[in-house]
Amino acid sequence: MALLKVENLQVFYGVIQAVKGISFEVNQGEIVALIGANGAGKTTVLHTITGLVPAKAGSITYNGVDLLKTPSHKIVAMGMAHVPEGRRIFQELTVLENLQMGAFTRRDKGEVAETLKMVYERFPRLEERKKQVAGTLSGGEQQMLAMGRALMSKPDIILMDEPSMGLSPLFVTEIFDIIQEINKAGTTVLIVEQNAKKVLSIADCAYVLETGNIIMDGPAQELLNNDSVKKAYLGE
Amino acid sequence: MEFLAQIINGLSLGSIYALIALGYTMVYGICKMLNFAHGDIIMVGAYMLSVAMATLHFPPFLAILTSMVVCAALGVIIERVAYKPLRNASPLAVLITAIGVSYFLQSSALLIFGSTQRKVDAAINFPSIQLGELSISGNALITLIVTIILMVGLNWFINNTMTGKAMLAVSEDKGAAQLMGVNVNFTIAITFLIGSALAAVAGVLFISSYKYVGPYTGAMPGIKAFVAAVLGGIGSVPGAMLGGILLGLIESLAKAYISTQLADAIVFGVLIVVLLVKPTGLMGKKITEKV
Repeated sequence: MALLKVENLQVFYGVIQAVKGISFEVNQGEIVALIGANGAGKTTVLHTITGLVPAKAGSITYNGVDLLKTPSHKIVAMGMAHVPEGRRIFQELTVLENLQMGAFTRRDKGEVAETLKMVYERFPRLEERKKQVAGTLSGGEQQMLAMGRALMSKPDIILMDEPSMGLSPLFVTEIFDIIQEINKAGTTVLIVEQNAKKVLSIADCAYVLETGNIIMDGPAQELLNNDSVKKAYLGE
Repeated sequence: MEFLAQIINGLSLGSIYALIALGYTMVYGICKMLNFAHGDIIMVGAYMLSVAMATLHFPPFLAILTSMVVCAALGVIIERVAYKPLRNASPLAVLITAIGVSYFLQSSALLIFGSTQRKVDAAINFPSIQLGELSISGNALITLIVTIILMVGLNWFINNTMTGKAMLAVSEDKGAAQLMGVNVNFTIAITFLIGSALAAVAGVLFISSYKYVGPYTGAMPGIKAFVAAVLGGIGSVPGAMLGGILLGLIESLAKAYISTQLADAIVFGVLIVVLLVKPTGLMGKKITEKV
């Protein structure tokens, strides 16, 4: 059974339909990518999964639970973390406080301290800057903080929205390496990305979104070699 | 010596403003709305104190506690009934609703207690302290002390508890806070609860000096406290504390040394000057557009 299953999802902003009845699934342990141009509805899909945006029709099932009937703030405790587009770290809190917010629903202090140690090991720069106000971090560091904050909830699945946005090529490579490591450590990943080449090289399978519809899907390697994908999204 | 006494008066008046201003600024920070009904919570607090002491014969401490509990509950109910349905409405609609709630509270008090002012036995009554030739009002001193304790406590709560940090997180980004598992509605309710309980304390302290309460008792201190919150930088908790204290000092000194009639004009004059020089208030954050 799929860990996360989206069926016939439709989302509207007012009268404008952003997502036009899409279906896809994410299996345990996979990296699944949603690719597509700006405005294709990728971010909307993630926002609907974690309840930031309401759906008009369709269903989203996670571990057998209907997420469309689950209030947004209860989802993280079910093992799903979301690294939102634009990072949305708490600019006025310190790095450490941001990480603590990531573990907001966890009550066992000892376990949280252990996760914090793990996050610091993965992102040593965050430990160096733990007392610093998060708004003063560089873009790449903020992305690391957003990812570290999500990991603090010890998620089974992590949704990532445009992790490479606005980062230097060096940082992009580093971030993608880390995403692969997180996945190897046992976390399922659903990732939305405009950098199709990069994301297809780490994903297991991918769905191509165009103006609210899935127009193509398949194993990432196949899409990477598909002529129309190459033309439209890889710039070849 | 006379000057020192005026300073203490100013500090004590200022701490009352600061306590009220905290409610304005916390609610603004988290909901981005001006809760103009906040001043009337002071009036409700004062009436509750009077009812608890004169009618129910509660001892002062219990009466103060009753007043705080009633106001805290009232604040939460007002938010649920009047503001929560407007969470995504235009700011103007929320503002008008707040003014409506303010009139509603005043009219309810008018209906229940009548238009004549009601004398309130002081819940706190401390003897003056004689320091050489200087006589310091005990109530002024206790007002200052209570305020300092509450402010230190509030600061600790906001910066050291997860609920406090959740409040900061919600005020910055509701959506991201939700993703962390923060129940935004609950956090907003807590904010109203704390703000209203502080307003009740302010009401008790205020009425201990002024002795009378009427349906419009909350209006003037409410407006002054709002000015204090804007002066300090609305949305900033330390700003509200600073703004309140400064406002009290200016008002007291202006009354003592310039003119009683002009005191309010001077207070608002200072606000205008500060806003001209620093539009975000003394400790206000620079508002940056998110890209």
